[in-house]
Order: sequence, then C-alpha cells, then structure tokens
Amino acid sequence: MMSYKLSVILTALIIILFLPALAHAQLTPPQEFRAFDTPNDDGKSLSLTWKVSLENDREGVYYVISAAASADGPWYQIDKTLSTIGYKSDFPQYFGFGDDNKLWHFYEASKIPDVMDPITSTAYFRLAVTDGTKTVEFPNMVSFAPQGNWFDKSKINILIFVIIFSSLILFFISLARRNPNLFIRHIPGLDAIEETIGRATEMGRPILYLNGLLDMSSLSTIASTSILGKVARKVANYDSQIKVPCYDPIVMSVCQEVVKEAYAEAGRPDAFKQDNIFFITNDQFAYAAAVDGLIVRHKPAANLYMGYYYAESLLIAETGAATGAMQIAGTDSITQLPFFITTCDYTLMGEELYAASAYLSREPLQLGSLKGQDISKAFIIFVLIIGTIVSTAESLFFIHLFKTF
Amino acid sequence: MTVTPMQILEAWLAVGFTLMIYSFLYKDNPLFKLGEYMYVGLTAGWGVCSAWFNVVWPDLIEPLSRVFKSYLGATLDKPLSHNENLLLLIPLILGILMLTRFSPKLGWLSRYTFAFILGTASGIAIPLTVSANLFKQMEPTLKPLFGKDISAWMTVNTLLILIGVVSVLIYFFFSLEHKGIIKKVARIGIFYMMVSFGAAFGYTVMARESLAIGRMTKLVKWAGQDYYYASIILLVVIAGLIALLEMLSKKSKPADDSTG
Repeated sequence: MMSYKLSVILTALIIILFLPALAHAQLTPPQEFRAFDTPNDDGKSLSLTWKVSLENDREGVYYVISAAASADGPWYQIDKTLSTIGYKSDFPQYFGFGDDNKLWHFYEASKIPDVMDPITSTAYFRLAVTDGTKTVEFPNMVSFAPQGNWFDKSKINILIFVIIFSSLILFFISLARRNPNLFIRHIPGLDAIEETIGRATEMGRPILYLNGLLDMSSLSTIASTSILGKVARKVANYDSQIKVPCYDPIVMSVCQEVVKEAYAEAGRPDAFKQDNIFFITNDQFAYAAAVDGLIVRHKPAANLYMGYYYAESLLIAETGAATGAMQIAGTDSITQLPFFITTCDYTLMGEELYAASAYLSREPLQLGSLKGQDISKAFIIFVLIIGTIVSTAESLFFIHLFKTF
Repeated sequence: MTVTPMQILEAWLAVGFTLMIYSFLYKDNPLFKLGEYMYVGLTAGWGVCSAWFNVVWPDLIEPLSRVFKSYLGATLDKPLSHNENLLLLIPLILGILMLTRFSPKLGWLSRYTFAFILGTASGIAIPLTVSANLFKQMEPTLKPLFGKDISAWMTVNTLLILIGVVSVLIYFFFSLEHKGIIKKVARIGIFYMMVSFGAAFGYTVMARESLAIGRMTKLVKWAGQDYYYASIILLVVIAGLIALLEMLSKKSKPADDSTG
C-alpha cells in the first residue's frame, strides 16, 4: 500500500516537473518573418527579423536561414544560428535603444554563397526552426532588394556635434575679426621658435623641420604644415635656411607650396630653394637613418619635430640632442611624447600642436577656431560632470547620446 | 640543420648592414653612410615598385584598360566589376596633375590635386576624430558613481578617470591663463599626463630592449660555424676599416692645416 502511494506521488511529481518541458519541446513556426533593406549601410546586405518565441528560444534549438537569388531556387542554407542569440537590441546602430527591440530576432544577410557576394539585387529567404529531430518552417518566403543609404543615421549625433561646434568656431572667427586681440595663454615651446630661428641665423646654420610620418589625411600633419608656413616666414625674414626632409611625397609637395608662399609673403621669393624641401623615403627606419645622417653632417642649429611620430622619434631626437641643437617637438602621438620630453628643449603636447599655428600667426581665422575649440572643451567638461551625475541616477540618456558605432 | 648558400649570403648581408648602422654609435663614418644610402635607396626603389605593382597597375591601369576594351567591343575574360568604370579617370587625371609640378609654368595645376586630397582627407578625418577621439573617450567616462552593482573600488576608479579627464582638458584650455584654481587643476592634469607618459616610456623601452635582444640573438647565431663566422669576421673587418679611416683622416688633417 505504502509503495503504491509512493509510486503515485512520484509519478505526479515527474509529470508536474516535466510538463512545462514537454510543452516547451513543441516547436512553433517562426512568427512575423520579414526582410528589409539594412538601414545605414552601403546597400550590400539585407536584414531579416522575426518575433521572439517562448517555445522556440531555448538551448539546443536553432534557426536555419536559407536564401536564393530567385523565388524558384536553388536554395542555399546561409546560416544556422542559436535561438538564444541575435536580437534587434544587439544592433542599436540600426534600431536605436527601444525596449521592444528585445522582442525581435535579427539576422544580417550579406551573401548567398556561390551566388551573390555581397547581396546586391533581390534575394529570397526562408526561415525554419529546428531542434535536431524536428524542423518547422515559416510558411512563406520573404524577399527584398538592398539599397545603398546616402545617410548613416547612426552617426547623427556626430553630425549634430560637428554642426554645433562648427557654428561656435564660426562665431568666434567673426568675433576675432572684430577684436583680433583675443587672449591666448602663453605656450613656452612656441615662444622659443623665434629664439631658435635667431640662434640659427647667428650661427649660420640651417633649421631642420620634420612633418612626422603620416600623410596629408592626418590632422597632425595638416597642423604641422600650417606651423611650417609660419616658421618659414620667420626664416625668410631672418634670411636663414630651412631644410625639410619628407617621409611622404604628397606631404613634400604641400610643404614646397607652403614654404614658397611663406617666402613670397615675407617679400623674399628669390630666397626660396625648392631643393631644401625634399623626399627621402617612406620606410620608417631608413628615413630615421637618413635624418640622423643629415643632422650629424649639416649640424642644424635648431630641429623642429612637428607631427605624428612612431619608434623613430627617439633615434632622431637623441641624435639632434647629441649635436647640441636646440630642439622643439610637437606631437599628438602619446606613446612618443615621453621620448620628446626627455630629449627636446620644449615639447608641445597633443592639442598644443594644433594651437601652435594660431598662436604663431594671430590670424583671426585661427584665433577664432582656437577660441571655439575652448568653448567646446568647456561644454565637454560640463557634459562629463552632468552625465556622470545623471548616470548615477540610473539614466542612460547621456551614455546613449554619445554612443558611436 | 642544413644552411643553404642563399641563407649564408643573407646572413652576411644582414650582419654587414647591421654593423654598419651600429657603427653610428661611435660616430658618423663612411661605412654608416654606405649602409644609410643603401637602405634609403633600396626602400625608395621598393616603394616605387610596390606602389606601381600593388596600386597603380591593379587598381587603375588594368581596370581602366578593361573599361576601354569593353567600350571598344573587345571580348573580356570576365565581366566588368562595379569598381571598373570611367570614374577611374578622375584619379588618373588628379595623378597626372601632380606630375605638372615638374613644369614651372603648369605647376599650379597640381593645386587642384592637393585641394582634392586635403578636402577629402579633412572630410574623412574630422568625423572619425570626433567619433574615435571624443565620443569613444566620453562613453566610458560617463559611468555611474554609485549603484547596486558598483563597488567602492569602481567608484574610486570612475572618480579618478573623471578627475583626470577634466583636469587634462583644463590644461589644454588656451583661453584662460594658468593662474589660481585653473593653475592647480591644470597641474593635476600635468600629473596625470606624466604618469601616463612614464608608463608609455617604460612600455616602449621594454619593447625596444626586446628588439635589441632579438638582433643580438641573430648576430650570435650568425657568428656560428654554419654561417662561416659572419658576425665575428665582419665585426673585425668593419672595426678595422673604421680604425683605418680614422687614422687616415687624422693624418690628412695636419696636412690640410699646413696648406691652409
């Protein structure tokens, strides 16, 4: 009697425990399967979404996605993904941060193997769910043709930021035109440039100017060429000489133009020597070896290293220091700054390189830009402090606002 | 291990040029100059060939010739890809304009290319810089100070980051003189930067030491019998040559002085 009761209780317990599992073991066809153009892309993929399902989304269950270039096939299995991963909420760059994104599965189809890679015309898709023994398919196929998007809306925050800050800069440029005596704090390294040029003139030795190792797409190289213009103008006024060995042929051509213009502005176009701005090589250590050779042979009175540098920085700056030259460096290369600080007389750190041009020229355009950037920095400090407070209050607003993809 | 004649030749060249470049540690000398000029010449030549065979020919000349062949009705071995079209004429023209710099009269035409390069580069660089150097940096700074999953150390960490970012930004504020409270905050910023630079310095020095050890290991390997004692023989030859050149230059100096 006792064993009968025990067996009944045990059976009931087993049924109660496994009933939900038995119910879950049923697979249901995926719901609301859709295909559409992937937002914010270059038109080389399609997006597939379907509803999250309590019955299907569990361990051991997979979604099988098949694709074809024609409604009649042939069909190719393009992926088999775990049912517990891949949600719209994982892709805020496409769908934002809405809570309902967690209710949708998402798959980005970029190719149909052996048929279309990437997907550039209408593609057809089927979706099935399988647990290895049983497969249930979404009843209809879906199709769509990808389109390239002119605007990447996920970067809209960057656009707004650039517009606001550009407006600020434009405002301060107009202010600087009306009042050219806008205050800029003292930057010791830049005050020394005049001194170095004077020293070089007195010693009858040239000035060596390097632009770093990046091409014209780098902001530090653009800033460096801008400073070169101001330095070259002073060199022309002092009737000294400047040598600019270049790592990149396009940078060399830009430097030739900049120096030529500076000499013309100084009223000394005849003193400009194009051969003093020359290309060496675009191999890092060969360039370093050549510049080292140049330094020990020509013994420049002053070396100016402005731009972005890599491992060659210490090799060059140490050789310059050994020859007794006065050295001023300016770089936004964080890893190389310590080497310049230890070997140069003055070092412009990071943004000081960008500020240098405005400081040297006192031109309203550049002064206004610098002022505008300062206000932007004040804004950033404000956002960081307020944002931290808001985040502490468990709001994700600021974190989402500055999210980049 | 069998060493092939080519490997032996490579070892002798590598040892020779390594020692020539290292001779700069003593002083500038003709052997260093030889190594330097060889290095610069080879890399410049290699750069030109690399640009021609990896960029100009496969990305411009070849696709453009296929486009023209297609327009002329010739049969192509494979259909034109979406990158093969007449738009390729734009980089070709811009490239040719760069070559006008050789002519004093037409040199001004190259400015169109520069304007294109600078405009495009700025257009690409500015949003990327805002994204990578600003937003990406701000994102991890905007962390909650307190909360149910936040430990005391996490709070300290967040505070340290916030203070560091704000103080360094204030250091780079050019509209205010570094006086009073601004000076104090800017000094905190400098302190943060120096800690960062110190770490970078140590890290880079370690990496350089690793490179030097790697080269020394190679030199020791090449000093072996398999490579016909390349390192030892070339060290003696190069040191001897430098000593000889030094003696010759010292001898020639008094003579120069006497004639002068």
